[in-house]
Amino acid sequence: MASYSTNEFRSGLKVLLDGDPCIMLENEFVKPGKGQAFNRVKLRNLMTNRVWERTFKSGESLEAADVVEQDMEYLYTDGEFWHFMLTDGSFEQFAADAKAVGDTVKWLKEQDVYTVTLYNGAPLSVTPPNFVELEVVDTDPGMKGDTAQGGSKPATLSTGAVVNVPLFITIGEVLKVDTRSGEYVNRVKSS
Amino acid sequence: MTDKPVWQPTASRDVLKNRAQLLAYVRGFFAQRQVLEVETPVLGRHGVTDVNLDGIPASVNAPGITSGWLQTSPEYHMKRLLAAGSGSIFQVARVFRNGERGRRHNPEFSMLEWYREGFDDRQLMAEVADLVCGWLGCKRPLVLAYRDAVQAYAGFDPMKVSDRDLARYCEQWLEPEQLAGMGRDACLDLVMSFVVEPKLGVDAPVFLTRYPAAQAALARVSDDDGFAVAHRFELYINGLELCNGYWELTDPQEQLQRFEADNRQRRAAGKSEMAVDQAFLDALDAGLPESSGVALGLDRLLMLKVGAASIEEVLAFPVERA
Repeated sequence: MASYSTNEFRSGLKVLLDGDPCIMLENEFVKPGKGQAFNRVKLRNLMTNRVWERTFKSGESLEAADVVEQDMEYLYTDGEFWHFMLTDGSFEQFAADAKAVGDTVKWLKEQDVYTVTLYNGAPLSVTPPNFVELEVVDTDPGMKGDTAQGGSKPATLSTGAVVNVPLFITIGEVLKVDTRSGEYVNRVKSS
Repeated sequence: MTDKPVWQPTASRDVLKNRAQLLAYVRGFFAQRQVLEVETPVLGRHGVTDVNLDGIPASVNAPGITSGWLQTSPEYHMKRLLAAGSGSIFQVARVFRNGERGRRHNPEFSMLEWYREGFDDRQLMAEVADLVCGWLGCKRPLVLAYRDAVQAYAGFDPMKVSDRDLARYCEQWLEPEQLAGMGRDACLDLVMSFVVEPKLGVDAPVFLTRYPAAQAALARVSDDDGFAVAHRFELYINGLELCNGYWELTDPQEQLQRFEADNRQRRAAGKSEMAVDQAFLDALDAGLPESSGVALGLDRLLMLKVGAASIEEVLAFPVERA
């Protein structure tokens, strides 16, 4: 596998550090005019999601990590694995375990497209699109006509996710939800 | 990984105007003091031996010459002019340092370098303060010895600390195996960059002086309280290193020894040795007048003037857009 020297460091680079795949978040070049140069680097460990700060001397290098992000359609779960398929027409399928799926499990809807990060060819993580549209399967009865007033209530969506919604939302409606904040955006349509 | 080229400049029109004003200010400053403006080669036959400076090699097609270096500073050529009797001189030069790119670095930058015949380091520091404070409208700089600065901000004596304790201190940032290949000066550079520099010049500009002799470069060395210190100074404003000056070494023998010591360090660091610039040594042999010289980063001076956080804000085109 290729490696990257300090002068190739930049944010977005995927590298191996202490055996784990990491993504470089920040890279600061520090050098006194006549002195030794250093790179101060912030990396996120893709296995643990923890952020590491490391310092490298100019000229040191890190091994590249075989990490790629691909668009895949979610197919189904067999209870142990969540199955995805490449959208590039190859129909190639990948099975992600619970660790890779993580919190995204609550946004997984069949036939929707997700970003699957592969490490050495196996799913490492699954990222939902910023917005998903999901049906309400359970919530307290709505108050008809109450569209302007504040106040909210919990609603359970088809994937099991629970979001706070306005009081007028009823069972069977499809909602647009921001997956980054887990917040309700708007009603898509009434069924 | 190559980015799509972007044609637009990174500096605003206002900053470009500021740059033009700065150049006019500098030329006015030296005209008033009767310091002669000169131009010397950007492409030279030799690079520098300094272990921490990498020039950019060039392929040349001229009679008997096939290679050269984009200069890391106009120092050798300007000293040759001094030895030839130019008197005090200044230059606004484009200089090149390979591999240096960051918030405060671009591999090509503008350097104001000047030499004052008959000045010692104190006198030149006063002139640097006139130039910088006249442009920025800042307070006059304080003077702080390297040793006192490290003592104050890092809590140890850089002249007395053992190599072992120094390495242990640096383990805050580096793994023991990274430190294994690092000399004392590289460790001190780390402490300087990470701990001391950010504190320098925050309230008022600070001249850092009296560097350890091992970091003398081309400055003369004298005894200070039993420790050999270099007559070298740097100016810091808001943690930004602005210039580097020396009371110049004029002894060709000692200069040659320092070049050879540099090359030993380069070998140890796995870098190729650099041929020593014989024309420069010959000029020292012929006699460099007693003088002090300083190199000041004009882009950084501009950053301070306009409050830029990053050097591209003051460059028309940083290296990625060049």
